[in-house]
Amino acid sequence: MTSRYLSIEGIARRFSAGGKRTTVFEDLWFAMDKGDFACIIGHSGCGKTTVLNILAGLDAPDDGVVAVDGKAIEGPSLDRAVIFQSHALLPWRTVLGNVSYAVSSRHPRWSRDQVRAHALKFIELVGLKGSETKHPAELSGGMKQRVGIARALSIEPKILLMDEPFSALDALTRGTLQDEVRRICLETAQTVFMITHDVDEAIYLADRIVLMTNGPEAVIAEIVENPLPRDRRRLDIHKQPDFYAVRNHLIDFLVERSRTFKASLPDGYQRRHPPRVRPSAAPNPTPDGDARAA
Amino acid sequence: MVGSLRVRALIVSVLLLAGFLLAWHFAVQGGIKDTGMDPEYAKLMGLTATQGGSAMPGPLAVGETMWKHLANPFYDNGPNDKGLGIQLAYSIGRVLVGYGLAALVAIPLGFLIGMSPLMNRALDPFIQVLKPISPLAWMPLALYTIKDSTLSSVFVIFICSIWPMLLNTAFGVGSVRKEWLNVARTLEVGPFRQAFTVILPAAAPTILTGMRISIGIAWLVIVAAEMLVGGTGIGYFVWNEWNNLSITNVIVSILAIGVVGMLLDQILAVITRLVTYPE
Repeated sequence: MTSRYLSIEGIARRFSAGGKRTTVFEDLWFAMDKGDFACIIGHSGCGKTTVLNILAGLDAPDDGVVAVDGKAIEGPSLDRAVIFQSHALLPWRTVLGNVSYAVSSRHPRWSRDQVRAHALKFIELVGLKGSETKHPAELSGGMKQRVGIARALSIEPKILLMDEPFSALDALTRGTLQDEVRRICLETAQTVFMITHDVDEAIYLADRIVLMTNGPEAVIAEIVENPLPRDRRRLDIHKQPDFYAVRNHLIDFLVERSRTFKASLPDGYQRRHPPRVRPSAAPNPTPDGDARAA
Repeated sequence: MVGSLRVRALIVSVLLLAGFLLAWHFAVQGGIKDTGMDPEYAKLMGLTATQGGSAMPGPLAVGETMWKHLANPFYDNGPNDKGLGIQLAYSIGRVLVGYGLAALVAIPLGFLIGMSPLMNRALDPFIQVLKPISPLAWMPLALYTIKDSTLSSVFVIFICSIWPMLLNTAFGVGSVRKEWLNVARTLEVGPFRQAFTVILPAAAPTILTGMRISIGIAWLVIVAAEMLVGGTGIGYFVWNEWNNLSITNVIVSILAIGVVGMLLDQILAVITRLVTYPE
């Protein structure tokens, strides 16, 4: 287990306000292999964003460590790119300027032409060729987020961190962007850690889905292995035999068990090794003895 | 509808100006001649009393004087007789030097205050006390310590234009969106590069707004300062012409002060527009 690519080891985050200490979460364990796509699902306030910020190095855990490729995280790094929910483009820079800013940060010694060529490659990858000279204000929400994606990918990070990247987009744009992110991540075997609220998005994109209970003092309830085949397509994903099994499992969790899980911890529950679940249409009882999936 | 809003506004402006000039012209024509006045007293009072004219010059007289000034703005016939252009140039020069020095101090200091909550709190009481002081109240102290009237007026410009720039820079720097700073942090951008590539462009519109307020105040203050210190400058010119009882010249210089102030403001407005980014 120690040789995992990304390893969250017993992290805790506490805030104190007005003399009262609130524990957002503690003793949180999770690990990912290279090329994994993991989604974390949970209600607002469960600390998802805090986990992501700790992974990004923008926030520091009060206890525990996070290691990437064998090295503990100490602050932000170009090894981990963040795609922000609000796209966070610099409005005074053009599309090319925003991506180039990241490229020249990654490769300070590169010539202007090298930076430009590299940035253009990633602008083309996200389908924004022809819009390089536009400013963010001239772009639609989907196009802005494409720039955010191009900027994050252009530094060729070890891990891509996404904080609800599609939540501000309309359904059609969201679908197209999900397709592209999935295509790019599969092509480049990118390791991705993503926060989402959207169950269908998680099922479509993620290999594994981390379920977090409600905060404060949130815990990882279980880790759902996505049973759908890796070559799933948006078009017919709902016709996959296991689709509704996993979907119902996730929705049940969000609606009910995210609230009640902590009160009735399953036997043998260990924070360090949360149960792994693989919902399936075939009768295949889950570790918490739940036959719901059948 | 006839023409665009712009054209219609221009027409109204021209009509208002024409109405004002006409009213002014007739208002200074004077009333009834006082013929029954004692000749000795009439001599003392001058033409205005005896012939019913007003001491207030009309628009035609002002226009004529203005034309003379515009035709030859840079003549220099000694200390008390210099062209309007020379006087304005003196004032603009002082404003620019004092204002430039203030910018050199206020913008870096504003960065410091905006970025450091400690310095923000530590310097706040000083700023709060110094800011409301009328710049002219510094004049005696400046004259006593600097012992040079021109430098003293430059100092007064410095001290009055520093506050809006300082506070706006601090505010602009302090309210840069956290997500932009986070972008720079995740890209491992060093503090120096971050200051120039993220904070400065993000705060530039706010900083420029402060600079625009400052140039306006500086131009207000220089007239008053020059009235006090004398010698040269448009403020001195106004006061000198008042002492000469040349109301025509006073009106001409009032107009000139207004036009120059507007130009200074417009220059800053153009620069502000250049650094403003749509979100």
